[in-house]
Amino acid sequence: MNEAAIYGVLTELFHDVFADDSIVLRPETSAPDVEGWDSFTNLNLIVAVEGRFGIRMQTTEIEQLQNVGDLVATIARKLRA
Amino acid sequence: MPDSVTLAAFVAEPPRAHPGLADDLDLYWLPPVERWAERIREVEAAPDAGAAWSAMVALANTRLDFVRTLRLDRALQRRFGETPPPGLATRPVRLAVLASSTAGQLLPATRVAALRRGLWVSAYEAPYGQYLSELLDTGSGLYAFEPNTVLFAMDAHHLTRGADPAADAEQGDSVLAETLGELARCWRIAREAFRGQVIQQSVLPIFPALLGENEHRLPGSPAALAARLNAALRGAAANAGVDLLAVDVKAAQTGIARWHDPVLWHRAKQEISPLATPLYGELFARLAAAQQGRTSKCLVLDLDNTLWGGVIGDDGLDGIVIGQGSALGEAFLGFQAYARALAKRGVILAVCSKNDEANALAAFRHHPDMVLRENDIACFVANWNDKAANVRAIAARLNIGLDALVFVDDNPFERNLIRQELPMVAVPEVPEDPALFAAAISDGGYFEGLAVTEEDRERTGQYRANLQRETLQAQSTDLESYLRGLQMELVWRRFDLVGLQRIVQLINKTNQFNLTTQRYTQDEVLAVMDDPRAFGLQLRLLDRFGDNGIIGIVIGRRTEPEQVLIDTWLMSCRVLGRRVEEATLALVAAEARRLGAARLIGEYRPTAKNGMVRDHYRRLGFDMGAAAADGSASGVLVLADLPEPDLPMVIREG
Repeated sequence: MNEAAIYGVLTELFHDVFADDSIVLRPETSAPDVEGWDSFTNLNLIVAVEGRFGIRMQTTEIEQLQNVGDLVATIARKLRA
Repeated sequence: MPDSVTLAAFVAEPPRAHPGLADDLDLYWLPPVERWAERIREVEAAPDAGAAWSAMVALANTRLDFVRTLRLDRALQRRFGETPPPGLATRPVRLAVLASSTAGQLLPATRVAALRRGLWVSAYEAPYGQYLSELLDTGSGLYAFEPNTVLFAMDAHHLTRGADPAADAEQGDSVLAETLGELARCWRIAREAFRGQVIQQSVLPIFPALLGENEHRLPGSPAALAARLNAALRGAAANAGVDLLAVDVKAAQTGIARWHDPVLWHRAKQEISPLATPLYGELFARLAAAQQGRTSKCLVLDLDNTLWGGVIGDDGLDGIVIGQGSALGEAFLGFQAYARALAKRGVILAVCSKNDEANALAAFRHHPDMVLRENDIACFVANWNDKAANVRAIAARLNIGLDALVFVDDNPFERNLIRQELPMVAVPEVPEDPALFAAAISDGGYFEGLAVTEEDRERTGQYRANLQRETLQAQSTDLESYLRGLQMELVWRRFDLVGLQRIVQLINKTNQFNLTTQRYTQDEVLAVMDDPRAFGLQLRLLDRFGDNGIIGIVIGRRTEPEQVLIDTWLMSCRVLGRRVEEATLALVAAEARRLGAARLIGEYRPTAKNGMVRDHYRRLGFDMGAAAADGSASGVLVLADLPEPDLPMVIREG
């Protein structure tokens, strides 16, 4: 699965988790850029990502995520594994 | 490597377990949502409150995962805030969640599951870790909220905090008693203060084992304490008038690892994963809806390929697949038995079928394998009108609301028609395999009942029957009284076309209780039916616990003017020890007399597998000759010498 496809699936997830269809994801997008992206919704987001992509993320991996680019790279790496 | 488009589609709709399999956290009995992105936008933009509410109810009645549930809940909150929609037909639920750890993730799905039933929920979550002080302080936020429903959702760590692996049995017992005492105190305070429904969440079995499979032998094990608490909660909650939200049972069914993620527990003190919240919300909303009497009352059943396999109008009475002997026939039988069990506890059954009424009724009246009979069906509609009209007619005739109906049909066309024409009717998305029908109805929770309501108390009949069954075995001091208590009925028929396939199958696969192991083809069985000097008997055994199906086959032939040879006698081993052999002999004797015989000849032909019936005829009073070198033997019974047996069963033709 290439990065563009991951961005596509992820964008749908962001639209539902934050109830906002206007969200456009870029590699540098991070929590302050999205209304409602707090520690609670972040947890939902991670669970949703794990469920939708069928992957499992380690606690340390989650803690190192800085932005959407990091998240996409982690997903891509997990899907290749 | 598949191309990215294929893989993207695959990932966007993640692979699902077989729908209906119990390891699935999905609300699989609800239809999948179509055009999600478009529909949620329509809901968010709906012009007036009434239209928005209806559209949200409709969307809540589709199969939403937790992410979509979150979004629908957000739309609900944005539109209505804390104010119920105008003209709401139900009593608003003011829900206080008293939890010992993070419970906020439970609320969106709880509101959406209530929405699915037309219920409005305002929720209050007590501040983290303060449920007890909130409960004890009449000036707290809890009291200011004025709940009419209180949900105690304590996590397993909290409820088992008294567990000490070094404890002995006595200490283990006292920890259990203390914990139950604390809960009972909470229930009492909540009940007296708020006068509403009190719900206790059972304990999630999340603990790793310390001892292993025999964990219960370690009195201080958290896992063992959780199990004992769950067992004790049933009775304690029922006595206190508290309803149980049985997460332990649902998690056991759908996979505890999917309900509880230790990573989320350590990160955020979420005991229940967001993934499981749609199911959690369902469990809560069923209790809240049942409290308001909003639970389904009537199961409306299609016939062809729903209650039996095949089409009775085309295949005929002896062509439909139902009953013992084929996996498919037994699957339909299982579903019929489930429907009948529901009927026994008060669910009304109706039939809605596209058939000629006479054809449809014939199965209920004449097919020997049917569990459901005509008098089990409160309203029987079989005609060629469209099903929406017929479902309306059923509701009118039974004088119940359309929203009290659950419509079960294997045909997706009919299901979609009913959903479209009568959206208030519940239409479960039953799996294709009839073996999964009963589970789908059960998992859908349509008939949720609260055992301790005034109405149920009046329904004493069912409780009395249960008590009788439990005491039967305890009271039986000997085999004879136990057998009499079983209320057995041995139902006999001569060979016929309806039973033909089962007869041929039994003759060719029974090895143990089989005197001669004489095999027959279908044509040979048909020849027995046509032979005036022969008889074939098929025997069915019923008892108070159910129908055992066809359990015995006997073929006899008049070989001399006054003599009948028992050519074949076989039985199913599961009815051994019930004196069915003697009853069968009485039937064989009657048939032999009908053919003018004065004596019976019984033969035993040994095989590698039928040693258990070596003395069969001797036990029944036959005068056996000496056995041949190969072990075979035959004997004579003079019919005039056969005593009238006193048997613990009724014998009848049917």
